[in-house]
Amino acid sequence: MSVLVYLDSANGALKKTAYEAVAYATHLGEEVIALAIGNIEDKQSLADIGKYGAKKVYHISDEKLKTFANAAYASVIAQAAKELNCKTIVFSASSIGGVIAPRVAVKLNAGLLSDTNVLPKTENGQLIVSKTVFSGKANATFSLNGEYNVISVRPNTVKPSETGSSVEVESLNISAEETDFRAIAEAILKTSDKISLTEADIIVSGGRGMKGPENFYLIENLAEVLGAAVGASRAAVDAGWRPHSQQVGQTGKTVSPTMYIAVGISGAIQHLAGMGTSKVIVAINKDPEAPIFKVADYGIIGDAFEVVPALTEALKAYKQKIS
Amino acid sequence: MKIIVCVSCVPDTTTKPTFIENNSKLNEQGVQFIVNPYDEYSLARAVALRDANPGSKITVITVGEANTEQNIRKALAVGADEAIRINAKPVNGQYVAKQIAHVVKEIGFDVIFTGKESIDYNGGITGNLLAEELNIPYTHSVTSLEISGNEAKMEREIEGGKEVVKSALPMALGSQKGIGEPIIPNMMGIAKARTKPLTVKEPVAVETSTQLVTHELPKPKGAGKFFKAEGNVQDAVNQLIEALSKEAKTI
Repeated sequence: MSVLVYLDSANGALKKTAYEAVAYATHLGEEVIALAIGNIEDKQSLADIGKYGAKKVYHISDEKLKTFANAAYASVIAQAAKELNCKTIVFSASSIGGVIAPRVAVKLNAGLLSDTNVLPKTENGQLIVSKTVFSGKANATFSLNGEYNVISVRPNTVKPSETGSSVEVESLNISAEETDFRAIAEAILKTSDKISLTEADIIVSGGRGMKGPENFYLIENLAEVLGAAVGASRAAVDAGWRPHSQQVGQTGKTVSPTMYIAVGISGAIQHLAGMGTSKVIVAINKDPEAPIFKVADYGIIGDAFEVVPALTEALKAYKQKIS
Repeated sequence: MKIIVCVSCVPDTTTKPTFIENNSKLNEQGVQFIVNPYDEYSLARAVALRDANPGSKITVITVGEANTEQNIRKALAVGADEAIRINAKPVNGQYVAKQIAHVVKEIGFDVIFTGKESIDYNGGITGNLLAEELNIPYTHSVTSLEISGNEAKMEREIEGGKEVVKSALPMALGSQKGIGEPIIPNMMGIAKARTKPLTVKEPVAVETSTQLVTHELPKPKGAGKFFKAEGNVQDAVNQLIEALSKEAKTI
């Protein structure tokens, strides 16, 4: 049997989350089949999915599927899973894969776990998957025992690595019904952020301790040096200093970067809910009692207005030295 | 317009969860339950939508045991017209979606609000599952909603921006911050809520292929390495860079 992986794409190109979903699927111990839908301009990028562990790559390029509609994509993927005899279907828990997965699960009457952030296991022939629950305060383990099972993987859970070679891309002739297009994406409004928060490897966030919107250039400069995305606490967003698209935590975004740097953020439980699963947490705060230090791996106790510029300069020098 | 708002009752954000029965269940002793924060955004938008469309009605639906009724009354106090409680423990998103689908098929619907996720199991799937059960469109993480005639325009959060979505009614959506400003119930609302209809329905038999096996608390982190900037910022910064490059290997 095989695992079917849906490859996230947007604006005609595969997304980072597509590679991550393939990398996750290789841990299921079955042949990995990848499926892309819609317009992909760089055909070679599809063939190269083979390098990341897929044995076969299919592309459905039906004209109507150029526009994203989660119901239409779900209908096509469920049909493909049946046709290709794939009993496990893997998605990224992104704004694309994450909204297709549940519909596919209903269509296939499948077991379902969304937003897993741990590698899967098989015990006595059963698929065992885990995720953080209660906003990062606990982990829960589930067994999926449907004839079909659907999993979505939190971005940044698995690092893709090249292990195989390119494969030939095959086309698949499956289409969706008219009624699957009752909700469609009409336009994209881009933020000015250079790197998307949920996909970023490193995030630098600022909170109330930044004292005002005019001081966030310090956060931006530090982020620039690190190639990081800029985030903010709820306090900074509610005060109108930063847009909601940058809010990390409950009622904002859940992120899981390799490194999360919290500047002037006390670490309210609502904030920890959104970044607690970051691999390395760095806190910069003048209050040594701030709750953020309870979850931080590293930190500097000091005034952000002194520490951040010094850190930015020192990192510039460090980056130059190692390059 | 028939407006449905699905409400989930979840442990208060500040709860420190512990587990019982071989770690298979949340220990509810001493836990305060609240209306899921994302459902408060839904309620706020639903009330404005109802008020802008005379003759509309908001029905709140919860899958939960009797102890959820105080939270259902809160939803009525901020402006919902009636409530239905499906008398069952919400086992998982699939179970809840099937229960709600069964009820709303009977009572009818034009717009179904759910929260982007509930803050207990953080699944973010129930609204979408429900939509598929009902064969209607679903839009996730919606930060703004405008309806005119039989069509809705929404903005939803995506990586690096927002997507403008056009959807036909009937439809379902998952609310995110921005869609409405949560309403704080006033005395009159609370008084009125006491007499608004709250119907209890028994659940239908539903089996799912997703079984919760166990919970565990994350392993406590070792104490972090913290450097004091007082006196010499440069030293602290250098020590941090040293640690991040040699130990954490993140730079």
